[in-house]
Amino acid sequence: MINKFVASPAEALADVPNGATVMIHGFGNAGMPSALIDALIAQGARELTIVNNNAGNADSGLAALIAAKRVRKILCSFPRQSDSWHFDKAYRAGEIELELVPQGTLAERIRAAGAGIGAFFTPTAYGTRLAEGKETRRIGERDYVLEYPIHADYALIKADRADRWGNLTYRKSARNFGPIMAMAAKTTVVQVRETVELGELDPEHVVTPGIFVKRVVKH
Amino acid sequence: MKKLDRKQIAARLARDIPEGAYVNLGIGLPTLVADFLPKGREIILHSENGILGLGPKPAPGEEDEDVMNAGKEPATLLTGGAYFHHADSFGMIRGRHLDFAVLGAFQVSVAGDLANWHTGGADDIPAVGGAMDLAVGAKKVLVMMEHLTKKGESKIVERCTYPLTGARCVDRIYTDLAVIDVKADGLHVVDMVEGLDFQELQRLTGVPLKRLATAA
Repeated sequence: MINKFVASPAEALADVPNGATVMIHGFGNAGMPSALIDALIAQGARELTIVNNNAGNADSGLAALIAAKRVRKILCSFPRQSDSWHFDKAYRAGEIELELVPQGTLAERIRAAGAGIGAFFTPTAYGTRLAEGKETRRIGERDYVLEYPIHADYALIKADRADRWGNLTYRKSARNFGPIMAMAAKTTVVQVRETVELGELDPEHVVTPGIFVKRVVKH
Repeated sequence: MKKLDRKQIAARLARDIPEGAYVNLGIGLPTLVADFLPKGREIILHSENGILGLGPKPAPGEEDEDVMNAGKEPATLLTGGAYFHHADSFGMIRGRHLDFAVLGAFQVSVAGDLANWHTGGADDIPAVGGAMDLAVGAKKVLVMMEHLTKKGESKIVERCTYPLTGARCVDRIYTDLAVIDVKADGLHVVDMVEGLDFQELQRLTGVPLKRLATAA
């Protein structure tokens, strides 16, 4: 019998090694898997590469992971915010590497990883400093920049409901990066508000099918 | 001459958004446009984090942490609105499905180059968000900005000195002094504020302007 439910966030993240690449879902607080991030901090893995749209807000979640000096590198589109002080400090101290990626390119690089795409050409950032050193090509009337997928070892996601096969639904704009990060990681770990019996989720409403999900924790 | 204030620039721009348009309003000044969209028109606002049919700010106490705009402020969903994931959201942008993107700017060049994401300062922590995607993706890119810097220098320039967000991407510029179209043969003045004449606008702007036949 397939059962992806695990008892606790700690159990779900026990095997994260030092140096892992970890995608963290969420846009602001919407979709941020706080319980999983807290468990990752407690678990102690170091030298992590983190993929998120931002670089942490205030003192909890990703910001706390950065403050605990667990993050070696971050890929994101918008690190600088009024409350990103932990990132700002680590960045200015040279303790954290930043790969700045336009938001749509970030999403597409994640999607490409999950979909088995080797690379893709995008018009975004052509002619800007974020395309410096990258291969470009003129296709038809437009100029494009070659971008590569972002693969991850783990994706930490917050969803709304899950069954034991790992089928997921999301809530409102908290869906944001969840469906694509779930596809891009070898091990996708999901924190959900509610677990339900098989068959309770309307198959028409499942957004992330269970094939993309390894572990589910109710929190 | 009567310079427009920020709300008046937003109102001027909002008048040009037609019935049925899909529109993304950038963070900052452009978000003001939402307050001035003509009431009789159905105009659908897009938010990068995965919303079509973005509604106004919720009433106090009605905030839902799972519904926010791209600036991470509490928002609402209009009846008929939809949620979707980030790759679809940027597919809408990059795939040329949005009719308009309204963006703020530090500078716009004669060729329509846009600089709005980075001041270029060595100590600045860069952040780009969806600006580069919107600049290349929307069918029309409308810029909303003050005409002059605080020092009185034109923000419409021969070549941008700030790092570019996108090359040759701006279609129209709305400022506190004028509305200007960016065309292959240069900048065309669409209209000017009351009491400003073309010679004065030309003097303040520095780079060559053309007068549209319909402009005063």
